[in-house]
Amino acid sequence: MERVIEVESLTKKFGAFTAVDSISFHVKKGEIFGFLGANGAGKTTAMKMLIGISHPTSGKATVAGFDVFTEAESIKKNIGYMSQKFALYDDLTVKENITFYGGIYGLSRAKIKIKTQQLIEELGLEDIANNMVGSLPLGWKQKLAFSVALLHNPKIVFLDEPTGGVDPITRRQFWEMIYKTANQGTTIFVTTHYMDEAEYCDRVSIMVNGNIEALDTPKNLKKQFSAHSMNDVFLKLARG
Amino acid sequence: MKILGFIIQKEFKQIFRNKGMLPIIFVMPIVQLLILSNAATFDIKNIKFSYIDHDHTPTSRALIEQFDASTYFNVVTDFPSENKAQSAMLKGDVDVVLEIPNHFERNLVKGKNIPLGVTINAIDGAAAGVENVYITQILQRFNKAIQLNVFQPTNALSKPVNILTIPSFWYNKTLNYKTYMVPGILVLLVTMITLFLSGMNIVREKEIGTLEQINVTPIRKREFIIGKLFPFWVLGLAILSIGLIIAKFVFNVPIVGNLGLMYLYTSIYILVILGIGLFISNFTDTQQQAMFISWFFMVIFILMSGLFTPIESMPKWAQLITEFNPIKYFVEVMRMVMLKGSLLNDILPQLLKTLLYAFVMNGLAVWKYRKTT
Repeated sequence: MERVIEVESLTKKFGAFTAVDSISFHVKKGEIFGFLGANGAGKTTAMKMLIGISHPTSGKATVAGFDVFTEAESIKKNIGYMSQKFALYDDLTVKENITFYGGIYGLSRAKIKIKTQQLIEELGLEDIANNMVGSLPLGWKQKLAFSVALLHNPKIVFLDEPTGGVDPITRRQFWEMIYKTANQGTTIFVTTHYMDEAEYCDRVSIMVNGNIEALDTPKNLKKQFSAHSMNDVFLKLARG
Repeated sequence: MKILGFIIQKEFKQIFRNKGMLPIIFVMPIVQLLILSNAATFDIKNIKFSYIDHDHTPTSRALIEQFDASTYFNVVTDFPSENKAQSAMLKGDVDVVLEIPNHFERNLVKGKNIPLGVTINAIDGAAAGVENVYITQILQRFNKAIQLNVFQPTNALSKPVNILTIPSFWYNKTLNYKTYMVPGILVLLVTMITLFLSGMNIVREKEIGTLEQINVTPIRKREFIIGKLFPFWVLGLAILSIGLIIAKFVFNVPIVGNLGLMYLYTSIYILVILGIGLFISNFTDTQQQAMFISWFFMVIFILMSGLFTPIESMPKWAQLITEFNPIKYFVEVMRMVMLKGSLLNDILPQLLKTLLYAFVMNGLAVWKYRKTT
């Protein structure tokens, strides 16, 4: 299986504090990779290095075949990103947001038009396509943001706590979208605090204090830590 | 280039959708221009004048008459004693006290020097200076008239020689302060609006989190920044246009020079201000911080621009600082082109300095802008 993310001894220090301490792992093409950890464990910092907005202190990493040290801008062409902070413009309409992000990824106006039509149909947003995004419920916004992150057909999508604060039904729909995307060959790199979501992942890594303490399929992890659920696994690791 | 279009389109939509910002951009400058141009006057009128007359003669009364007749002075009251006058000035009831000594008339006729006591409230030093000039003028005129009266009977040789100066004021013939102030205030408005808007714009995206999203896209720094600043460049020129229309049709300020030259200079000048705004937004994390820093620079720029106080009368070191003040050049150019009809050759030094400034500021700002941390 082709490896789309390869990380070796990747480290990020802020002064004397080591946020990410020499982590190594890889992610395969089409995989749903769960990136777990308590708040402050270093997940977001690690992810920011992979998406090219934070310079690593040391180590090696390639994303979609490009080096994070020297080819960050090439990485950006090949990935999608959805942050935990809502990243669409509240004062633009659904259509305008799609047009803008499609535009800055270099899609042509004609292509954007087609994509917009598709996307609005898929999400069932026909009635509110010309409403301001700020007026949509959070769950819809998150689904829209995910779709926008996929506009340019990226090889990998990074999702940073995409379902934070979203109701269970919408979370379910969201994960259906993730599965569908993964089935089409797109790699999903997702962080979450919901352990039921961790069960949906192909493989899961758990970060504690800047280190990856465990990495395997949910099934194997549960076996390894003789736990009933990913929740138990997480608690055993995070409490130390 | 294609990407640039998408950014500019988005920025314009957001600017025109911001119901709180739109009036600030378009109504505020008009109101400020109308109010400030009428209020920021250097003319001093309605000076509260009072006197202590120890002489009580026709001559002393005639002198008071002179002040009463002047349009600058309002004769408020007379005081029986110096103490009363002092306490009135302390309370702010009077601005000027003129004390006429005993035997004023008698000594004047004899041709003796007579000391007159003039007390001026000088808390506002500039105003006090102007008041002093007015008073001296009135006294001299009065003195001359008396001398003529007194010396008439004697021979022609001792007839006082009148030296008359006829001033001719160029470029602002009637010394209309509005002609002088309107171009300057217009400069301030264009500067303030473009600096504040550009300074806060990128910080705003930092605050709401969309900047991180932008930084994850393959967008080029150059494209993003040009796309962000271009709308404000257009807005700055729009404000200039509105201001020029008001200057011409409301204040009747003569627009002698070439409009094209004004626009040419302004379009370069706005680049400087946008560069400064962008530079500020690189160093700040919230709109509040950006606003405070912008204000800090704005106040220094305004006070050291030569708009309200002449740069020539500043100390040497301060004059050196003004060399780095973009507003100074803009004020100079606007007054030169608008009022004197200066040509490209005349404003070339300012134009080149501004151009250099624009390159340096924008270069620094683009260089400092980081997609990665």
